[in-house]
Parts: sequence; C-alpha cells; structure tokens
Amino acid sequence: MDHATATNAAAGLTELSAANDAFEVAGRSFGSRLILGTGGATSLSTLEQALAVSGTELTTVSIRHYSSGGSASVYELLQRHGIAALPNTAGCFTARDAILTAHLAREALETNWVKLEVIADEHTLLPDPLELFAAAEQLVADGFEVFAYTNDDPALASRLQDAGVAAVMPAGAPIGSGLGILNPHNIAAIVSRATVPVILDAGVGTASDAAKAMELGCDAVLLASAVTRAHNAPLMAAAMRDAVRAGRAARLAGRIPVRDTALASSPGEGMMQALIGDFS
Amino acid sequence: MTIDITLNSTPATIADGSTLRELIAAHLGRELDERGQAADGAKLGLAAAVNGAVVPRSAWSTRELAAGNTVELVTAAQGG
Repeated sequence: MDHATATNAAAGLTELSAANDAFEVAGRSFGSRLILGTGGATSLSTLEQALAVSGTELTTVSIRHYSSGGSASVYELLQRHGIAALPNTAGCFTARDAILTAHLAREALETNWVKLEVIADEHTLLPDPLELFAAAEQLVADGFEVFAYTNDDPALASRLQDAGVAAVMPAGAPIGSGLGILNPHNIAAIVSRATVPVILDAGVGTASDAAKAMELGCDAVLLASAVTRAHNAPLMAAAMRDAVRAGRAARLAGRIPVRDTALASSPGEGMMQALIGDFS
Repeated sequence: MTIDITLNSTPATIADGSTLRELIAAHLGRELDERGQAADGAKLGLAAAVNGAVVPRSAWSTRELAAGNTVELVTAAQGG
C-alpha cells in the first residue's frame, strides 16, 4: 500500500484496533502485526511469558529431530495459547533441503504455510537468491503459502511476488545482528511496489527498529532474538508490541514532510510590540 | 531376526518386518492407530521421512522398514 493510499484508508480513524486494522495474509486475518518468533529463548517459560505479553497470534518454529527426552514442547505451548505456527526452513542451504523441510513441516504441523529460508553461508545467514527463488517456485506449485525470507532487494522481491509467494520478508539486517534497518530506502521501495504483504524480518534490535519498519510501510514485523535474548524478554515483548502499534498508526496518520528549514508552529501574528520593537 | 537402521542420526536395531508406525510408537512410548494418529486423539506434531522422502502419517502403518534405512522423525522446535 503506497503512502497516500494508506493515509486515505486511515481517514476518520482516531485509534487503530484489530477490528479496523487487521493484518491480512494468505487468506487469514490477525489482530497483531507483530510476529514474535520462538528462537533464542533460554527457557520455555520465559518464551511463554514473552509470547503472551507480545499479543502475537502467529509465530515461527523450526523443524528439528524429535528427541524422546519428554521435556515440554514448543508445539504444545503454541497449542495451549492458540498461536498459529509458521514453520521455517532455517538451516537449509539448498532449495532441495528447504523443499523437504517444508513438506515435513506441512505433515507435522498440518499447515501449508512456510517461512522459506535458504541461506547462502553461515557467516551472514543472508538468503541465497537463486536457491530461494527456485524453492519458492516449487513450493508455490506444491500448494504452499510461501513467506519468503529475502534480501532487501526490490528486484528480487518483485520476482518472488510474481512467482506467487504469500508474503515477502525482506531482511532489515543479518539475522540476530540487532543492526536495525540498514537500507530503509530499499524497504520503502519494496513496499511501494508490493502486491503481497511485506513483513520486515531479521535485524531488529530494539523497539525503534520495529516502529521504523512499520513507518516505512511494512505490513508486519517478524523478530525473535531482539526479545528472546533481551535481559528482560517479557518487558521487551511489551516494548515491541507497542512499537509496532505506534509505527503502524504513524504510517497511517501520514507524517509531515521532511524540510530543510524550520517552520514555526507558533503563529507570527499578535506578537507583543515590546518584542518586535514596533512602537510607532 | 533384527535389522539395523538409523533413527535421527543414531544407530538403532529393530525387528525385521517392523513398520514405521511400530518404530514411531515405540520411540514415543505412545499407541498409534492405523492412520498414524495418537490413540488418545492428541495431535502429535510429528512428521517422518525415510531415506529423505516424506512418508505421510496415513502410510506409517503400511511402510515396512528395511536394513540400512535412514529414518528421520521431526517436530517443531524453537526458531525465528
């Protein structure tokens, strides 16, 4: 949604709510625009608290070997809270591995939603564009709703949406880096030509980064480490919840243009004569 | 008679003629019905692959395992 359209859509609104500003993606509707991933938490109880405080209705999980340790599972936690699971293909370096992981996730979690991650190398964890695109095409053909974790490249994002993905998820910065949004112009460019929801994914370090993503026009924000690795995860979850709401409201409200010079907000008329030296 | 397989990267020995359902039920310590669902009705949140190919739960009870098979049993874990 471009800026003018967003502002027009918000005309008359004085407060945003789940009822007047639902996040719609892949045929489903969510009251929260914060997708809090489950990765990085030190304990399941901390994660549970953070998820509850965040108000998130959709979360990411990875697909890993089942271990018969009998410990409480993430799967049970999500079921208990009624939070939808978006399985990811984290750890996959090739389209082939990502496609297999997606099919396993569909079978395990009974969902055709997948956050497609195909990583180029362990150092940057940035997407491999060629493998990502190949996997996206195949998974769309296999009936998946593909949430494509992509580089902040407007051209690649366009190609992915043309291939039929449900959402594009540009990285603000490398996963877990907390560097925020390194190229806001690219994120804005992706938003301006988007035909599917844009979800800022990766790189968020603190609340202002999440607000910034929403101000740039992203439809939602996905973050995990920024909350789960914060000193106080539930409190950071609250901060992110509020930041996403604030950024969204600011986007729809229509910000003032940026100016090179000052523009007084107090009126120039009616100034006291003693101040302007006009005693004639 | 027994056969050797690999289950989640660990060597395992099972009875010859075992089905995937029997292996998974033993691994979970839970009873599974013909459709690969928990007998108590709870969702398992599991998927299985044999030699890199997904085996749908509905086929677990008919899929016999062979010596040298690599079985992967996966579920949701933490992830961003």
